[in-house]
Amino acid sequence: MFWQQVVSGLSAGCLYALAALGLVLIYRTMEIVNFAHGEMAMISTFVAYTLLVRAGLPYILAMLSALAFAFIFGMVVERVFLRPIQEGPLVSMMIMTLGLFMVFNGAAGWIWGFDPVSFPYAVRGRPLLIGDIIVTRDSLLVLAVTVIMAGALYLALRFTMAGIAIRATSQNPRAARLMGVPVPKVYAITWGISAVLGAVAGILIAPTTFLSPSMMAEVQIKAFTAAVLGGFSSLPGAVVGGLLLGVLENLVAGYISTQLKSTFAFALIVIVLLIRPSGIMGTTERRKV
Amino acid sequence: MRLVNNLRKGTRNALLGAALILLPLITIAFGRAYVVYIYSLVMVYVIVSLGLNILTGYTGQISIGHAGFMGIAAYASAIFTGRLGIPFLPSMVLSGLLAAVIGLGLGVPALRLHGHYLAICTLGFGVAVNQLSAVWDGLTGGYQGMKVPVASILGFRFDTDLSYYYLALVVTWLMVVAGRNMLRSRPGRALMAVRDSEVAAQAMGINLAKYKVFAFAISAFYAGIAGSLYAHLVKYVSPYDFNMGVSMTLLASICVGGLGSVPGSILGAIFMTLMPHVFSRVKNLPLVLSGISLILVVLFLPYGLVSLPWRIRSARSARSKAGRVETSGDA
Repeated sequence: MFWQQVVSGLSAGCLYALAALGLVLIYRTMEIVNFAHGEMAMISTFVAYTLLVRAGLPYILAMLSALAFAFIFGMVVERVFLRPIQEGPLVSMMIMTLGLFMVFNGAAGWIWGFDPVSFPYAVRGRPLLIGDIIVTRDSLLVLAVTVIMAGALYLALRFTMAGIAIRATSQNPRAARLMGVPVPKVYAITWGISAVLGAVAGILIAPTTFLSPSMMAEVQIKAFTAAVLGGFSSLPGAVVGGLLLGVLENLVAGYISTQLKSTFAFALIVIVLLIRPSGIMGTTERRKV
Repeated sequence: MRLVNNLRKGTRNALLGAALILLPLITIAFGRAYVVYIYSLVMVYVIVSLGLNILTGYTGQISIGHAGFMGIAAYASAIFTGRLGIPFLPSMVLSGLLAAVIGLGLGVPALRLHGHYLAICTLGFGVAVNQLSAVWDGLTGGYQGMKVPVASILGFRFDTDLSYYYLALVVTWLMVVAGRNMLRSRPGRALMAVRDSEVAAQAMGINLAKYKVFAFAISAFYAGIAGSLYAHLVKYVSPYDFNMGVSMTLLASICVGGLGSVPGSILGAIFMTLMPHVFSRVKNLPLVLSGISLILVVLFLPYGLVSLPWRIRSARSARSKAGRVETSGDA
């Protein structure tokens, strides 16, 4: 029973980790918490659904096109809505993403309707039995995709020119610009990658939650919690935080109450912030006058 | 000069007061009696927006969970008056105080948080309160909600929309005047100093922790009074009334109206409450319009609607000044 809960929790935790990675990536580079992250993912997922079910494209092709859409979508959002207020106070950027949240949420209802629709699983088939733990094929896929995405992100940030530019920008935008890094372009690419990570999470969640404009509301809060838990400034922290949250939450659901999952997440945020505000793997921010 | 100014201000206030007293009567005369109910709703949101503005606009602490405080107080009022038989007025004050105490509780962990972390923490608070109000059905009636008795003071029952309007008007008036006076006195200036620079405020001898927690408590008190007023206006509370959407609308209304401004809070609350009723025919239109107005305000009008006349005036004077320079250049 215990290990079963842990395994199911890991699968949910992977999705939180993916969503949190996107949030943390933007936060590290631009110090913006993107409150529209979940809604952008939801829109990309709807695009995937349209291509897959309504246009009848093959699964892989539909998903890749949706991810390409997500990348461009993320870049456009950054270019149109956030770049003009880049120099402004942080509060206004946060309020901007809240405004985008409302617009995306409302517009998605107009475009795709308000009733939840079912989204096909990527893989089907009988669940596997490992020891006496039941593992669905879908959750194995989720795990694999998360490992691949997190690994790819790590390698890209570590070894590619674009990745190094992103890291340089997040350390010091002005110095990066002096070294010839095209900082505005880096910001746009960061938003693109973040939107792709969100879209992957959305596509993997949609089969279980059904597709609707409000599908990401819960995941968004979980992604915030995961990011706070792991440390908002740390990418590995987002993954650790996501997995930990998934497992803890499933244990709460299994042993205490399924209805109190969000309340538990809030309690966890408060506890973490009280004990260690920088999260498990984050570094303490030093503030200057 | 000062006397003239005071007199002018006095006449203005008297006119405003007369207009607010006559407004529902005129509305009813035009056969739109149901709108009076919406006016009362506007006043509920004026109170809570002012409270949120004290926290966010004046102190710089963002909250996306204020519906949580409203919800707590609304349920508290329902329980105090309905189950415990406490009279309306004490119950309202008690509910407000309860919200304030919980605001104090939330303010303490919030002391260590800044900007986004605080936003996330308060967001979590709002969601948690909402979820608890649905789950804890022994206390709150779960998704079924709770009925709230009619408000009454010394035997007079505020059971019509018109009488409730005047009740709400008095409460709102008191809250706005109290809030404005607080903001203009020592604590208000301390809050603004905290917002503008925490380090500088501390250097001036302002106790950061004390004032931040104070801001949370005051703000929650306002939300609590508003929640209680809401409960007795609608006479029914359920978990659907105080969800995350409400918290976001509240934040939107102070941003659109004007952060750090009392008239801005009022204007924003009026705008955000009336808009859904005007555009209620198309589903989601109010949501999208709130989003769009937020985006436009952030992009083009950082000080909100309240700064619009001032912006126009300064643009006009800049233009006329430029014109004068040109003509003097000719001569």
